Amino acid sequence: MRIGHAAAALTILAGIVPAGAEIATAQRKSGYDFMARTTQAMQDGDTSNPGMLWVLDGAALWDRKAGAANRSCADCHGDAPTSMKGVAARYPEFNATLGRPINIEQRINLCRADRQQAKPLPYESKDLLALTAFVARQSRGQPIAIAEDEPTRRSVETGRAAFVRRQGQLNLSCAQCHDDNWSGRLAGNPLTQGQPTGYPIYRLEWQSLGSLQRRLRNCLTGMRAEAPALGAQELVDLELYLMSRARGMPIETPAVRP
Amino acid sequence: MLVAGLAAALACSPAVDARAELASYAVVGDAIPVSLTGAGGDPKKGRAIVANRQVGLCLLCHSGPFPEERFQGTLAPDLSGAGSRWSPGQLRLRIVDSTRINPATIMPPYYRIDGLERVTPAFTGKPILNAEQVEDVVAYLATLRDAKQ
Repeated sequence: MRIGHAAAALTILAGIVPAGAEIATAQRKSGYDFMARTTQAMQDGDTSNPGMLWVLDGAALWDRKAGAANRSCADCHGDAPTSMKGVAARYPEFNATLGRPINIEQRINLCRADRQQAKPLPYESKDLLALTAFVARQSRGQPIAIAEDEPTRRSVETGRAAFVRRQGQLNLSCAQCHDDNWSGRLAGNPLTQGQPTGYPIYRLEWQSLGSLQRRLRNCLTGMRAEAPALGAQELVDLELYLMSRARGMPIETPAVRP
Repeated sequence: MLVAGLAAALACSPAVDARAELASYAVVGDAIPVSLTGAGGDPKKGRAIVANRQVGLCLLCHSGPFPEERFQGTLAPDLSGAGSRWSPGQLRLRIVDSTRINPATIMPPYYRIDGLERVTPAFTGKPILNAEQVEDVVAYLATLRDAKQ
């Protein structure tokens, strides 16, 4: 322990960032800060941000009765700007009943099953993205605040292990790009830190709204690694780790990204 | 004993078979002095491989003397002058498996198929480049004699 402290002190004195180290809090930057001014402007205006179309759809779904229980989200949760404020900033959240963390999409589908007695909405479906975007929009500007209890910490560690693990034919880890080389350019494009501040995002490359898990799968495919199925626990753990890594950064949903 | 031996042999066999598809090579110092194919590569083909974003992938991380390629990487050294900095044997090892020089390198091992985790099925058991392609790239990089002005 004492040796560890001494080594850390030496590292700071030498001004060296050890490889594999997390990004210092003061150096953290949203993907927004890496974008062209025109793309930032597209995100900034509610009338220019294409993600707002999904948010509006989500607002309608919030009030619509569904399932055998014939109940809407609003019937239990009331006014979303009040009841959902700050919720997305806390997700993924450890679910004691299931014994694992769940993301917002899974939380919505749990509500559908338990409260509405409705079928789950498929991952990346228009309705699930719309409801997720509407819920997360209520946290815009709120600082990311993942819980710090013991079960959450364990899942964060699992996510961090996946983040630093080399995989795929290209033998890369997430951390090699997004911790160690975020100021660089990959084929001319800013690499960025992989901060999950604005999901679901409207990605210009997709011409659509999409989840963080969809984005993670894109990177894994690029590494020529097997991408876990949408909803896989490994992807939820990665989401949770990324959110804990971005603790304190403001939510931007719906963000626009290149 | 026999069962254990058989089980071990079975467990090992896929990796052994996969490795057998790659040409064997000897590392001397920080180089592979001898061509993987026993012949010299074609620098023209090598240039095309380096510039191709689906084959060589080099320009995702490196930049180089490719005035026609607008989008190049900044994560790794400029390839200009690589042939002055390294011998063909040194270039060959750096392409084949850079982790043998620096275990933490971001450079993918272009001619290695073992010790990789969760490779997607389409690429399982295949190196990023085959032996001929490695030699073409070595031959091309060796022509980059002048450091960037």
